[in-house]
This record gives sequence, structure tokens and C-alpha cells, in this order.
Amino acid sequence: METVSQYKNIVPIFKKELRSYFNSAVAYVVIVVFLGIVGWFHSNSLFLNNVASLRLMFDIVPMVFLFIIPAITMRLLSEEKKSGTIELLVTKPLSDTEIVLGKFLAAWALVGITLVPTLVYYITVASLGNIDHGPVLGGYFGLLLMAGVFIAIGLFASSLTENQVVAFIIGLGMVLAFFMFDKILPFVPAWLTTTVEFLGVDYHKTNIERGVIDSRDILYFLSLLGLMLYLTILSLERRKW
Amino acid sequence: MAISVQNLTKYYGREKAVENISFEVKTGEILGFLGPNGAGKTTTMKIITCYMPPSSGTVEVDGYNIFEHSMDVRRKIGYLPELNPLYLDMNVVEYLDYAARLQGMNGGTITQRLKHMVEVCGLGNMRHKDIGELSKGYRQRVGLAQAMIHDPEMLILDEPTSGLDPNQIVEIRKLIKDIGEKKTVILSTHILSEVQATCDRVIIINEGTIVADGSPEKLQQEFRGAEVITVEIKSNESADAIAQKLKSLANVESVERIATDGALSHSFTLMTAKGSDIREELFNRAVAERWVLLELTRKGTSLEEIFHKLTRAES
Repeated sequence: METVSQYKNIVPIFKKELRSYFNSAVAYVVIVVFLGIVGWFHSNSLFLNNVASLRLMFDIVPMVFLFIIPAITMRLLSEEKKSGTIELLVTKPLSDTEIVLGKFLAAWALVGITLVPTLVYYITVASLGNIDHGPVLGGYFGLLLMAGVFIAIGLFASSLTENQVVAFIIGLGMVLAFFMFDKILPFVPAWLTTTVEFLGVDYHKTNIERGVIDSRDILYFLSLLGLMLYLTILSLERRKW
Repeated sequence: MAISVQNLTKYYGREKAVENISFEVKTGEILGFLGPNGAGKTTTMKIITCYMPPSSGTVEVDGYNIFEHSMDVRRKIGYLPELNPLYLDMNVVEYLDYAARLQGMNGGTITQRLKHMVEVCGLGNMRHKDIGELSKGYRQRVGLAQAMIHDPEMLILDEPTSGLDPNQIVEIRKLIKDIGEKKTVILSTHILSEVQATCDRVIIINEGTIVADGSPEKLQQEFRGAEVITVEIKSNESADAIAQKLKSLANVESVERIATDGALSHSFTLMTAKGSDIREELFNRAVAERWVLLELTRKGTSLEEIFHKLTRAES
């Protein structure tokens, strides 16, 4: 049956989506807004605290992700559904999994590209004082994993509707929920706190940021990401029901 | 058989879209899928192209089953969905290149095929324009080019001429006819003249079932009702005498005189038996009787009437 290079069709989809981010204004708006907000907070607090660390940046970025990532992902599938191009896409000789993975990776790549200029902060801070490289590495790693989860959630939201605005709002709501889990612990019954805390994206990201890589944190990110992508594929296959 | 559809049934929830449809398409045939809106044309096409599975029944394309060899089926088919969806922010070449890559083609062949498609579909001057800027006729050409980019053996075109102006319709039809010389084509339409102009065979579908299947000529023959023939004859004989002689012709059921002002010419309408064509006989008779035929008109049953008859009676 269809075993030959099952995932090779991810490539054209990935390229097309990434190119369309840069052909439209999306990529530039995202990069400018992201760097603007992160840069402002980062440089404002750096000298106040007088500590050579990127901690503050790593704390701000997730907040920006909350809004920017659902905006990046909102049109990925909803637009195809609205214009009907989804019908072209799914009748080509490629699997729904390839479609979803191609789009997911394109959005992830865009976030990765957006993060690259922040290395300037790293270099400047490193030249100003004695920086601990471990947490920086962990910080970036955590951010990328977090972005991956947010993108998978946003992609799922985009698969639910033909309307980009609705996709954005659903995405934002879900991302916010996962972000807030470990922030609402005081309101949660004591016996539930560990579970709820474990569900929080930020909790695991902070763990990784410490520079200690625990398999439980990695497992959390990978399984949530996988689950969301799986749900997206299911949602795409809804046409077959 | 290029395409073999067997006992296809499709429900959307509880609503029945297509019920127990079976038909076959031979290699090289242009099949017209005719039916009113909502008859099940698009549903059938979506199943053949592997967009969604049927509730029951199956389809085989060149011997490949849509369930077991879905990817092989897709490679063999070029599909132009209804309303011709396109990425408006891509330019023509980018889009065709993307479509080709999704078909699993690679570099060298793509360049070649792309060039060829641009030529065949007359897109030369539009190559680097955004699809969003193109007129509807050109967009349709892009849609066709996209469907044919991988040189598929079969083309499935869902209402390929809808929304075009008459000139564009003629052009696209010609394009389809040219393509159809080498490939198997299924096209759906609710425009009857389209079927007559382009198709070798017609399937009329209504409320999810096939109500007629055959060549346009065969259908016309099968569903031909009483025909009306109008003749105007110039002769010295009296109108009554001519009417008598006309009535004696085989297959003529009734003769009715139409009042005319000319003293020497008489007009009649003849009702003839179902499925008969008496024009030749009528002509020979006129020669034998030394009548001068001034007019001879047949009002046959058009495909349009068949269509109305079949699709209205059911609904």
C-alpha cells in the first residue's frame, strides 16, 4: 500500500506556507511587534535589575506568544476551508497528516525565525556581565517547546471553523487556559493542585528554563503537542463522516 | 473500464444525496453528468476523487479501488472542484508549481509540464500575475491547468464553465474537447447545450439516482415524443387533395392545415408517430407529385425537453 516516503509531501506544504507568511505582511508584522514588545520590556528592566540574565525576557515572551501565535495559526486551515482550496489539497496524493504537519512546521519555523534576533540581547547581555549559559539554552528550548504547543492548539482551532476571527478567539482561549493552569492554584482544591499545576504550560517551561531537563516536562510538551495535532487531523477528516 | 462506479450510496447525516448509482466510463470518453442543482453530481465526483468515502458501494479507477489504493487513484485523476477554488495570493506559475509538487513531481518534469500547460491553456501573458488579479475566464484556465499539470489519465471537472461569459464558455469548451481527445473526462453541468456540444455520453441524474444514460443522440431518440413537422407546399392541387395525400404517408398521424394567404401555396402541420422521421419520404413524395416544397421544418424533441421531462416528473 502507501508506504513509500510517507512524509515527503510535508516539504511542499511547509515551503508554501512559510513563503506565504513572508509574501503577505504577516511575517513582518509578527517579527516587528514581537521584537518591539520584548525589546522594550527587556531593555527597560535589564539595567534596573542590574543582573546579567535573560530571565525577564523569557518571562515576557510567553505573554507575547499568547496573542501572536493564535494570529499566526488562525488562517492556516480556516482560510482553506473558506475558499474551498482544502478540497484541492485533500484530493492530491498526500495524507491529511502531511497537510497538518507541513502547516504546523511552517508556523513553528516562523516563530523560530522571530526568536533569532533576540540572540542580540543574549550577546549584549553576555558582553556586559557574567551570564550563565545553561539557563539561556534551556530558556530558548522551553520557548520553542511552548511555541510548538501553542501552534498545535492554534492549528486545531483553525481546523474547527471557516472564520479566521473565530479561529483566533478559540485559539487564544485555549492557549490562555493552558497558560493559566498553574496561575490559578490558590483557587483550586488542595487535592487537585498537583494535577492542575502539571497541566500548566508555563510550569513546565519554567522547569526547563532552569537548565535542568526533566523527561516529565519533555513528555508533557510532546504529548500535548501530539494530542493537538491528532485532534486537528481528526477534525480535517470530519468531511468523511 | 477507466472508471467503474458500483452501487454508490451517500448519506449526509440522514439526508440521502446519492442512492445506488452504478455506471462505467470507458477510456477516452467524455461523459456529461447532467442534473439540476442538488441532484448528486458533486457528491458523486467528490467520492470518485477521494474527497470523502461513500456510505456504501465503491469506485474503481483504472482497476484501483478508492479505499485500498486511494493514493494511486488520486495520481490518476485531475480534479477541478466546483467554483474552482484557488489561492488568490499566489501567481500563476507559483500555483501550478505547488500543484505539481503536491502531485509528487520533481524539478525537471515540473518545468517542462508547466511550460506545456501554460501554452495549452493560453496563460502565456498571465504567468507572473497574481491569480487574484485574473478574470474569471483566466482563473478557469488556471484551474484546468492545475488539474492537468501531472498529465492525469482522467479529468473530473465539476461545472467547468459556470460563471463564465458566452465567449469564455466557448473557449473553455473547446479546450475540454481538445483535452478529451486523449483523456477520459467526466464533467458535470446543468447547462444542456454544454453536453450536446462536448460530450460523447450523457448521464442524467436526479434526486440521487440515474434517470437516463446514453449518447446525446440515443437519448434524443429514446425520449422522442410525437414530432411536429411543418410543410409549405406550392401546387395547383387543392389544399384538401394535398392533405389527403399527406395523410396517406406512413407514420403521419394527423394533418392540419394552416391558413395561408398565398393562393397557390398551402401550409400544413403534420403530427408524426413517436421516433419516426418522415422528412425524406415527404420530400420524395413531393418530387413525385411535382409539388414545390417551400418549407420543411421539424420540431424534434431536444435534450432540453428530455431533461425537463425526466427531472420534473420525479420531483
